[in-house]
Amino acid sequence: MSSDVLTSTNTKIEVQANKKYKRELTMRKLKRDKWLYVLLIPGVLYYLIFKIAPMWGIIIAFQDYSPFLGVSGSEWIGFKNFTDFFQNPDFIRLFANTLVLSLLSIVFYFPAPILISLMLNEIRRDLYKKVIQTFVYIPHFVSMVVVVSISYILFTTEGGPINNLIVNLGASKINFLGSIAWFRPLIIIQTIWKECGWGTIIFLAALSSVDAEQYEAAIVDGAGRFRQLWHITLPAIRSTIVILLIMRMGSVLSNGFEHIFLMTNSLNRSVADVFDTYVYTLGVTQGAFSYSTAVGLFKSLIGLILILSTDKIAKKCGESGLF
Amino acid sequence: MNIKSNNNNSVAGVIFDGFNYVFLALYGMLSVLPFIYILAASFASDAEISARPFFIFPHKITLEAYGLVMKSAVLYRSLGVSVFVTVFGTIICMFCTITFAYPLSKKNLIGRDFLLNVVIFTMVFGGGMIPTYMMVRNLHIINTFWALLIPGAINTTNLIIIKSYFQSLPQELMESSMIDGCTEMQTLWKIVLPLSKPIIATFGLFYAVAHWNDFFTALLYMNDPNKWPLQVILRQIVMLSQSTLATNMPADYVPPAASLKMATIVVGVVPIMMIYPFLQKYFAKGVMIGAVKG
Repeated sequence: MSSDVLTSTNTKIEVQANKKYKRELTMRKLKRDKWLYVLLIPGVLYYLIFKIAPMWGIIIAFQDYSPFLGVSGSEWIGFKNFTDFFQNPDFIRLFANTLVLSLLSIVFYFPAPILISLMLNEIRRDLYKKVIQTFVYIPHFVSMVVVVSISYILFTTEGGPINNLIVNLGASKINFLGSIAWFRPLIIIQTIWKECGWGTIIFLAALSSVDAEQYEAAIVDGAGRFRQLWHITLPAIRSTIVILLIMRMGSVLSNGFEHIFLMTNSLNRSVADVFDTYVYTLGVTQGAFSYSTAVGLFKSLIGLILILSTDKIAKKCGESGLF
Repeated sequence: MNIKSNNNNSVAGVIFDGFNYVFLALYGMLSVLPFIYILAASFASDAEISARPFFIFPHKITLEAYGLVMKSAVLYRSLGVSVFVTVFGTIICMFCTITFAYPLSKKNLIGRDFLLNVVIFTMVFGGGMIPTYMMVRNLHIINTFWALLIPGAINTTNLIIIKSYFQSLPQELMESSMIDGCTEMQTLWKIVLPLSKPIIATFGLFYAVAHWNDFFTALLYMNDPNKWPLQVILRQIVMLSQSTLATNMPADYVPPAASLKMATIVVGVVPIMMIYPFLQKYFAKGVMIGAVKG
């Protein structure tokens, strides 16, 4: 027996016995869990086929893909799709539209559920709170088609209630649905109407987990309502806000595809076109598979970089981050 | 829960409270007012809809619009498609998600961490619309109902929350049932699932709503208009018929009656509204389980 505690004293035979033991243990574990592996099969197949395999489809972004020639038969053109895209005048327009919409959403939509949940938190009558919550959750459950359809009915120039009101007040009709100026405000208003109520759930959960004793102690110390809000309530939701903000910044190049798609028409296209709808229009309706995949890849990569960076920043600020 | 009842005697506090109640009441009303108008207008005549800008009770109730809905083969068919896709889609989704979440909730399973990392990675990066479309095409399920049922079988967020929930259940329960001779599947079916009723109700509802509301998947994968679900038809009826938005309709196109548009929207919304009150008590709890655990 060597007295050197740093070097292993196992002989070759002991090392081999250890390995054999570990292998047998693994085999026993696999055998014990075999039904768990069976249960995994549908899920693994699903992710392989619909999530992992399409990632390989990305290579057509580097080809001049033709469905007739397939992936193996299509010509390789390297980064040409990307350079074409960056030099395309549409690129700036798309980038601007996408970013502006996302930033508007972060500035106007993001705080809304926070404010509403803080207000709901101040309500003392539980029944009132529950009734309001029931009402404001409802828009979340209807489809985007319904939301945009309702908007079409309300905002149309052909006898819609809103325009009726405007005309009665003396002004002239506004073509909300076809106007460049109103596209972005409408999107934000619709998003707030649809999702703000539902978005309060996560904040209310954080707020209700605050220890009542903290409030009691604060009252004893003479804190008024505003101070309680500042020192107890807000810190309670700070982590939630930061995490959600990270996730939102990471997806800043994504906009709600269905929403934008449904609201886009030939009149407001110049501000409505964003990366996601561009990929659809070019790829699916116009058949430019390679080019649109290149656009999609560009967007996904930037998104990935963004979400990893914002995650790092959050960790530096002391929050737990996503990964 | 709110220990604020003692310190609201200040004038500012009372004013704030009053403002709070009123504001929230307005917000609550705004959330449902559009639906009320659409519902009311669906029972009104076209003449009334164009005469009165906005109303909650029609002057004269008529079932004209619903009569049109009943007679429309297109609407009937799309309704059938939606119901079919919602029922079977939800079953398939719940089956796939639960069977995948259960093993992933076992921390000592070999390969579990790797699988979980792969799954989380798919949340931040993916093939995108075109490669996924190509995969669906290669599977020869374009224009079949499988395209509406399978490509969305597992929602990764739902998967992770359900997995977290299974992890939060006491492991001893499952261990003791294994000692008593149950296989993993029996443990899942007899012990774990009965304990997971709120989660199943919540995510069953989420998946059902997602299928019922789905519009784009159908537009993308279904070429045959006979196979379009309700939401696609609804879009056609309400949105594509607006002549002021240059939607390229033929010159002799007669737009649908206003009341028909309202009635179709009601049909698109009512099934959700009917299930919603029953499941409301479950899903707030279900979502919070996921939210707090993260």
